[in-house]
Amino acid sequence: MDLTETLLPGVGVRYELTTRSGRRLGIIVQRQGAAELAVYDRNDPDKASLVFHLAPEEVEAVADILGATRMTQQFADLSREVPGLRSGRLAIRPGSIYEGRLLGDTKARTLTGCSIVAVVRDRDVVTSPGPDEVLRGGDVLVVIGSSHGLEQLEDMLTDPRAPSPPS
Amino acid sequence: MDHVAALLVELGLLFLGLAGLGLLARRLGLSPIPFILVAALALGDGGVVPLEAAGPFVELTAEIGVVLLLLTLGLEFSSAELFASLRRHGSSGLVDLLLNAPPGFVAGLLLGLSWQGSMALAGVTWISSSGIVARLLSDLGRLGNRETPAVLSVLVLEDVAMALFLPLLVVALAGGGPVQAVAGIALALAAVLTVLGAAHRHGHRLGRLLAHPEDEQVLLRLLGLTLLVAGVAQAAGASAAVGAFLVGIAVPASFADRARAILGPLRDLFAATFFVGFGLSTDPGAVLPVLPGVVLLALVTTVTKLGTGWFAARRDGVAVPGRLRAGAALVARGEFSIVIAGLAVTAGVVEVGPIATGYVLVVAVAGPVLARFIEPLTAGSVARLPSRAATAGSSG
Repeated sequence: MDLTETLLPGVGVRYELTTRSGRRLGIIVQRQGAAELAVYDRNDPDKASLVFHLAPEEVEAVADILGATRMTQQFADLSREVPGLRSGRLAIRPGSIYEGRLLGDTKARTLTGCSIVAVVRDRDVVTSPGPDEVLRGGDVLVVIGSSHGLEQLEDMLTDPRAPSPPS
Repeated sequence: MDHVAALLVELGLLFLGLAGLGLLARRLGLSPIPFILVAALALGDGGVVPLEAAGPFVELTAEIGVVLLLLTLGLEFSSAELFASLRRHGSSGLVDLLLNAPPGFVAGLLLGLSWQGSMALAGVTWISSSGIVARLLSDLGRLGNRETPAVLSVLVLEDVAMALFLPLLVVALAGGGPVQAVAGIALALAAVLTVLGAAHRHGHRLGRLLAHPEDEQVLLRLLGLTLLVAGVAQAAGASAAVGAFLVGIAVPASFADRARAILGPLRDLFAATFFVGFGLSTDPGAVLPVLPGVVLLALVTTVTKLGTGWFAARRDGVAVPGRLRAGAALVARGEFSIVIAGLAVTAGVVEVGPIATGYVLVVAVAGPVLARFIEPLTAGSVARLPSRAATAGSSG
């Protein structure tokens, strides 16, 4: 992949990427957090013919969307490389007994040997969540562990019985 | 009305008028600077409605406007960006100087200015307006274009070159000989390099000194330091503007964003009073007679800026339409041309005032218009030569 970085003095940085399909994409990251996405003209490759201006909060949203899928994909790649290691996405269903409880209450690591490496919540991703992370309905846990451990954890999360109360 | 009442009413009307002009300028896609200049001409001595009470206030605060303009200019880019620009576009900066300063100098001599006045006019035609150009590129959606880094690099180099040019001009205007001029520029060069080097290594210390969670503290500290350094620089015979610029580049990049945000409104206010002050000090009756010469000068220096953009963009492997876009973007002159002319007027070479006013009026309007319409103009030639543009573009 051909990604070039160009300094735009006084403005920010421009990243230029030629996609596999041959189109060029420009990403201009401005200093105050705004960004522009540009697609270049076919007749005049020096000219950005289609420009999207993104306000700082929109930049954040786009980055989160792309970042979240990217992360799960990386985990998938990781588990493919290490035999015996699996990754999975386990949802906390709305109304689940874990809704509103702490991540530490699942005792996932102690009981199943699985690590919860991220919590995907709407557009946000909480990476390396601590045991104090409050779970919400609709959260998706990104989990790494053995295939047996993953099955156990999935059973636990869908088990209607309440978990042991926090000590 | 007593004096205070008259002052407040006049200032209030002035700022309301400036707000209206700014709105009009934005609507037309132009810079407010030429509009402010025209309005100020009408308000000055010999104008339509002379500004009686507020005149002295505006003239006094105009100096702060210059200081803030140069401070925020220094805050605008980091030393890393400067050195990168110098490496890649050092020759473009030189071409820029050689193409754009001589027409101003020659025109000055032809219009009957002294050599010092002609030198000021050379600076006026040389320095593009980074404010107008950056805004224009953003408005036209050209930040992603391949020629844009070349344009921005030329602007950065001009800005730094101006820190060397201003002390030189001040020495010349003060009637110094070649020895003083060389000493002045050596001193300025040493100061700029020292500050850049120090900012690179010890900038974080200055950042720590200025940093505070409260905006008010940051504003007062930064403003106090800047005015102090500017005053010392002025007393040392350099120029207050250069001192302010040095403070700007010494502020570390990590802190510069916040400093810009805090200073922005203050800069806008005082820069506007500076443009008004400059317009007030210019006799509108003196602008008309020089207008034909000024228009000719504007034509010549439009062509030379097109040449500069062509050269700089070509270095980055940009094809013909992009080179023309780069050149057209650089045509606009504005705030810094007025700063340079203001120095000359303050030093007593008042004849520069009307010429610079007329010149900036023409190019600050013509530049953005040309930048906008160069695209449809060149689009025809691209359509006719699609293969050539494509090959030239992909080779870079």
